[in-house]
Amino acid sequence: MSLLEVKDLAVSFVTRMGTNKAVDGISFTVDTGKITAIIGESGSGKSVACYSMLGLVPMPPGRIDGGTALFEGQDLLQMSEAQLREIRGRDVAMIFQDPMTCLNPFMTIGKQLMEPLLYHQQVSKEQARARAIELLDEVGIRDPESTFENYPHQFSGGMRQRVMIAMALINEPKLLIADEPTTALDVTIQAQILKLIANLQTKRDIGVIFISHDLAVVADIADQIVVMQQGKIVEGGDSEHIFHHAEHPYTRKLLAAIPADSKAPMPNEPDTLIEVRKLCTWFDQGRNKEPVKAVNDVSFDIRRGEVLGLVGESGSGKSTIGRSILRLVPVTSGSVNFDGTDVTTLQGNGLKTFRRRMQMIFQDPFASLNPRMTVFDTLAEPLLLHGIENSKSVASGVLKLMDDVGLARNFVRKYPHEFSGGQRQRIAIGRALATRPEFIVADEPVSALDVTIQAQILDLMQDLGKEYGLTMLFVSHDLAVVRHLADRILVLYKGEIVEQGSGEDLFERPQQDYTRQLLSSIPGRALLE
Amino acid sequence: MWRFIGIRLLQAIPVILAVITVTFFLVRVAPGGPFSAEKAVLPEVKAALEAQYRLDLPLFQQYTAYLGDLAQGEFGPSFKYPGRSVNELIGAGLPVTAELGFYALLVAVIIGGLAGVIAALKPNTRQDYIPMTVAMIGICMPSFLLGPLLVLIFGIYLDWLPVSGWGDIPGDKILPAITLGSAYAAYIARLSRAGMLEVMSQDYIRTARAKGLPEWQVVVKHGLRGGLIPVVTFLGPAFAGLLAGSFVVETIFQIPGLGRFYVQAAFNRDYTMILGTTVFLSTLIVLFNLLSDILAAWMNPRLRAQFGEQ
Amino acid sequence: MTTEIITDIAEAEQGSSLWHDAWLRLRKNRLALAGGIILVGFSLIALLTPWIAPYAYDAQNLELGASPPSAQHWLGTDIFGRDLLTQIMYGGRVSLAVGFVATSVALLIGVTWGAIAGYVGGKVDAVMMRLVDILYALPFMIFIVLLMVVFGRNILLLFLAIGAVEWLTMARIMRGQVQQLRQQEFVEAAISLGLPPRTIIRRHLIPNALGPIIVYTTLTIPSVMLLEAFLSFLGLGIQPPQTSWGLLISYGAETMEEFPWLLIFPGLALTITLFSLNFLGDGLRDALDVRRSKD
Repeated sequence: MSLLEVKDLAVSFVTRMGTNKAVDGISFTVDTGKITAIIGESGSGKSVACYSMLGLVPMPPGRIDGGTALFEGQDLLQMSEAQLREIRGRDVAMIFQDPMTCLNPFMTIGKQLMEPLLYHQQVSKEQARARAIELLDEVGIRDPESTFENYPHQFSGGMRQRVMIAMALINEPKLLIADEPTTALDVTIQAQILKLIANLQTKRDIGVIFISHDLAVVADIADQIVVMQQGKIVEGGDSEHIFHHAEHPYTRKLLAAIPADSKAPMPNEPDTLIEVRKLCTWFDQGRNKEPVKAVNDVSFDIRRGEVLGLVGESGSGKSTIGRSILRLVPVTSGSVNFDGTDVTTLQGNGLKTFRRRMQMIFQDPFASLNPRMTVFDTLAEPLLLHGIENSKSVASGVLKLMDDVGLARNFVRKYPHEFSGGQRQRIAIGRALATRPEFIVADEPVSALDVTIQAQILDLMQDLGKEYGLTMLFVSHDLAVVRHLADRILVLYKGEIVEQGSGEDLFERPQQDYTRQLLSSIPGRALLE
Repeated sequence: MWRFIGIRLLQAIPVILAVITVTFFLVRVAPGGPFSAEKAVLPEVKAALEAQYRLDLPLFQQYTAYLGDLAQGEFGPSFKYPGRSVNELIGAGLPVTAELGFYALLVAVIIGGLAGVIAALKPNTRQDYIPMTVAMIGICMPSFLLGPLLVLIFGIYLDWLPVSGWGDIPGDKILPAITLGSAYAAYIARLSRAGMLEVMSQDYIRTARAKGLPEWQVVVKHGLRGGLIPVVTFLGPAFAGLLAGSFVVETIFQIPGLGRFYVQAAFNRDYTMILGTTVFLSTLIVLFNLLSDILAAWMNPRLRAQFGEQ
Repeated sequence: MTTEIITDIAEAEQGSSLWHDAWLRLRKNRLALAGGIILVGFSLIALLTPWIAPYAYDAQNLELGASPPSAQHWLGTDIFGRDLLTQIMYGGRVSLAVGFVATSVALLIGVTWGAIAGYVGGKVDAVMMRLVDILYALPFMIFIVLLMVVFGRNILLLFLAIGAVEWLTMARIMRGQVQQLRQQEFVEAAISLGLPPRTIIRRHLIPNALGPIIVYTTLTIPSVMLLEAFLSFLGLGIQPPQTSWGLLISYGAETMEEFPWLLIFPGLALTITLFSLNFLGDGLRDALDVRRSKD
């Protein structure tokens, strides 16, 4: 008998707009000592399925339409709220996506840790404390005695996720549900947390449901994989099978979305378009405080027509470099020569002329479009500002841009909130291309998008890059994406360049420890080889 | 934390000084001297009186002398009643007003807080709509309207409760406290509802539920603290409002408190009296604002750490 | 998704702007809608009062004295035999005018102040907002009472004094909005397109900051009207021969034992207006909440 046997589970949400089948008759099993991964994009119902079994979906608007979920032979769906409470936190524990918001900021770590233990078991405070400290030590929190009294804000994201894991394990549950536990973390931290979960799971011999949008993340740890799309399971089986013999087109699409290759180096060495020299961008922190050296003494060249990848973790200054070149943040010192002109000294009209030649594509397609302007307004603004089109020809100019970025012309009078994330990013790309720029900074342009959409947008950018003859600075935390796209890659750490080279050089022959660490953290390496 | 309190105290000093200065000069430039009402005062008498009230000195010296008095806790004499000083009146009125304010605040915090939390637990149901509609009525029914209506209903038609006085007849404190507190109960209900709704949608509430805690523990242990911070921050402004409200309530119920004295002084154009009470009440309000800010900061560990001993 | 190729913009499907969505949401909120309609009605009545009032403002009938509601005097008369409905209509003119004018004063000062502080940022912002903080800590309620005592009961002064208190919150809200919007990527995008600051403020900042400002304006009017009524009740606001709802309530409270209608009807007028404004404000807040997704 499996630890958990879900059969024909169906959950829907009833709203005024109608009934939405979030989970539409899914079946899967989780075995003791095994990890079952549920993969799907946002809105595929993967989280709802798990939450509804434990009574964590508010009803109404939620409603369980049918099915069974046998946990050790007992049907969770038939249990009363009181019975479920007994199981939650004791036999089934959970960890969530964002460790920043999942811990109570008003309560010490220690108190939160002991809470499930004190509630579910007859133990004294001293025993609970000892147990909690033991676990903190086990999940790798240094000096657990003294951090016991700390508040969540005193920990980094990775450390908080460790605390969350300790909290989940404190009652020695039989089943652990991990809902995108590493999505909010940097890639090196992600690798550590994944390893920790795998270790603890083997040691304790518990069953794990690992929910993720990213196949690569679960590639190394999952025993079973279930792929969900629009509330249904489209394919399931052991990982080997899914990775090598996937049959369903959607699974194949997901696999294909993991870029695995290095871009071939450019045939001949073209001339330099941008020369960045000794660039420093520091942010003042107020009186008596050291400024934050977001970018510190960075020099590099960008050649005409190449895609230069810029990788680094959060806080490495990778976004600030792009913004410094575009003069969106004040540069502290150094120079940026664009086609022979130092853009850091430009003012007024001179700056405006150069702005036309350099554009940016932003990370968050929900924030990068003015919510009160239609597609037409957004795209027409740069065309008119720089005199590329006049008031008569602007309509055809806008429609041409929409064709280029693959947006149906019929949407021209719609507003941003009426589009999906991928469509919005197409609008944003259209706006950046409107001025016919020579150089584009793309700041994590796909990291807010679902995996399959990511692949589409990346393809689009590659095509348009060729068509428009663009030079591009591609900023990303995702090494695989950068490797696929960039001619050369810079690795950034704490505001400084630690290594640079072609994708192949960097991946096959990394010179620096940090680069090696970064490379070994890439999830799903098994999948890439 | 102590540093935070110290900084906030230092910041309060210029505010209080500004209050004193503005009030002082406003009162001095007011049209009509203090004795213009009395007819034909003998020049000698006038001179003597002016000397007594330091009106013979240049304006700036009057100001510095007044500051000196204040530093010693002297709020000055009354123009109208030469025998009485502002200090005496404050001594007589403050305990009454403080008691009234305390009851009103109690009414506001307990009823308002409870109503808000209850409403937030089941948003958009009857459990939410009913208390929130009542709260809206409370906000739209100012004390100067609610007071007379309560008097009319409970004092005159039903004859259940006394309609004036303070501490003379049992039960005479009930209507004033409700009148003064109701509007603030309504505000607090709305604030705590919004605060609780915000907190109860946070991820860490889901974490608490995933631990298997019963719902009341989730609310009390994990929800309440964050949800009630806006209420604590509101207590400062609420105190200022309660003081101003006491002007009306003490007038309606003929309660011998500071508020009534203040309104009387305003009508009598008793300038020193107005000056003294304004300075006193303002200082009180500034200090109370400070207190509620400190309390709110103390409730938030992140803020507490920011001003901690580092 | 339609794939037909259109060549003329006008042929494209009309999108639904956030304003349009907000209006649809507001229309569903019956309380807010009722509040809006009542307000429009009251405002119209106030504007037309001199022509539609059943009696002249100063028409007395000392022989009649205070009389309860009747066919001649729908809401009764006061102790001088003046028609109460007429009094309430004229009082409403003053109360509503104070509400709208003082709020406009607050809006003008507050929005300008906050927008400048938020957009310029840095030291200018620090100084400007520090001043707001200091003024914020001042006990204004007491100051207004003081002002009215010192300078006499002047309606113009009342407008200014109340407006001067309320602009502080407006400035804070506006600054918060502008600061938050400035960090939005669409503003960065506008800068990198090379748009001049003027255009950025006009096209990208103001339309997006408008929602909260409208909501707060709607909620400021009732608090201003309350303040006026409060002062008038104490005898420190509007003075006879002018009248306002606060003053009428104050007179009504004096004689409520014998003539309760003199308290109840002006009170009702004030309460209904405040209700309408608050419900409209709440409704607008819900309707304009940009974070709410369409579904």
